[in-house]
Amino acid sequence: MRRLLPHPLLTLTLAILWLLLVNQFSAGHLVLGLLLGWLIPLLTSAFWPEHVRIRHTGVLLHYLAVFVYDIVRGSFQVAWLILKGPARLKPAFVVVPLELRTDLGISLLANTISLTPGTVSSRLSADKRTLVVHTLNTDDPEALVAEIKQRYEMPLKKIFEEEDRAC
Amino acid sequence: MLSTVIPIAYALVSLAFVFSFWRLLKGPDAPDRILALDTLYVNTIALLVLLGIHLGNAIYFEAALLIAMMGFVGTVALCKYLLRGDIIE
Amino acid sequence: MLDILLSILVLTGAIFTFVGSLGLVRLRDFYTRLHGPTKATTLGVGCLLIASAVYFSVRDEGVSLHEVLVTLFLFITAPVSAHLLAKAALHLKVHSLAAEPHEAHGEERTP
Repeated sequence: MRRLLPHPLLTLTLAILWLLLVNQFSAGHLVLGLLLGWLIPLLTSAFWPEHVRIRHTGVLLHYLAVFVYDIVRGSFQVAWLILKGPARLKPAFVVVPLELRTDLGISLLANTISLTPGTVSSRLSADKRTLVVHTLNTDDPEALVAEIKQRYEMPLKKIFEEEDRAC
Repeated sequence: MLSTVIPIAYALVSLAFVFSFWRLLKGPDAPDRILALDTLYVNTIALLVLLGIHLGNAIYFEAALLIAMMGFVGTVALCKYLLRGDIIE
Repeated sequence: MLDILLSILVLTGAIFTFVGSLGLVRLRDFYTRLHGPTKATTLGVGCLLIASAVYFSVRDEGVSLHEVLVTLFLFITAPVSAHLLAKAALHLKVHSLAAEPHEAHGEERTP
C-alpha cells in the first residue's frame, strides 16, 4: 500500500488541481486527474522523503481560519502604514527561537510569518534553531516574538509534530 | 457600475506599473531591482485579469498563469544567483 | 447586486495593487519596501482573481474556478520569493534602517 500509493494526500491534491486547471468537471477528467495524481508522486517519490501525517484536524481548520483572517488584516495594516508614510515606521529585526524541528513545520511557519501582519521571515540559522524576522512597524519586539510563538508555532507543532516526531 | 469602475482600476494598476518601473530603474541595490521586477510580474497578472473581465474573454487567464509561474522561477533564480554567484549548484 | 459586488472586488483589488507598488516608491530601505509587494499586492491580485471567477461563473452559467489556481499559486510563492529576497539582501549587507540581527549561532541556510 505504502509503495503503491506513497502520498494519498498529494494524489488527492493533484487530482483537484487537474480539475481546476481544465476548468470543467467530468468523469473522464476525474479519472485522468486521479491517474496523474497517482503517477506523479510515484515517479517523483525520491523528492518526497517525509511522510506527512496530519493530526488534530480541528486545530488545522482553526489554524487556517486564523491564517486567512490574518492575511486580510495584515494586508490592510501594511497598506495603511504605506499610505501614512515612512516617517513614523519603526522597522526592526527580531530573532524567534524555534521549537519546531521538522523541515515542513519550519517552512510552513516561515511562510505564515511572511504572509501575516507586517512581518517577513528573512533568515534561518544553520542549525534550524532560530528564525530572523523583519517587521515593518513594532513598538515591542518581545511581544511580537511571543505572539508569533503562541499564535502560529503552537498549532503547527500540534498538527505536524506531536507524538512520534520521526515520521 | 462595473463599466465605470474598470477604467479607474486600469488607471490604478497602470500607476502601480509606473512606480515599479521607477524602482527598477533607480535601484539602488540588486535586491531592490529584483523586487521591482517581481512586483511587475504581479502587476501584469492584475492587468491581464482586468483585461479578461473587461473584454469578457477567459483566454487571458492562461497568460496570467504562465506569467505567475515564470515570474516565480525568475525571481528565485536571480536570488540564488545573488546568494551563491551560481544558479544551479 | 452582483454588479456592486464585482465593482467592490475590482476596486479593492486595484487599490491594493496600487498601494503595494506605492510602497516601493515611498518607503526608505529595502527591507521595509519588501512588505508592500508581498502582502498588499498579493491580496490585491487575489481580489481581482475572485472577481474574475465570479464574473465568468455567472456569465457562462457554469462554475469557473481556475482563477483559484493562480490565487493559490501566488499565495504559495509570494512568501518564498520574499524570504529569498530578504536572505539575499542580508547576505549582501544591504543598508537597513533597523539594526542588523544577531543570532546566537551559525550562518544562514534556506529552509
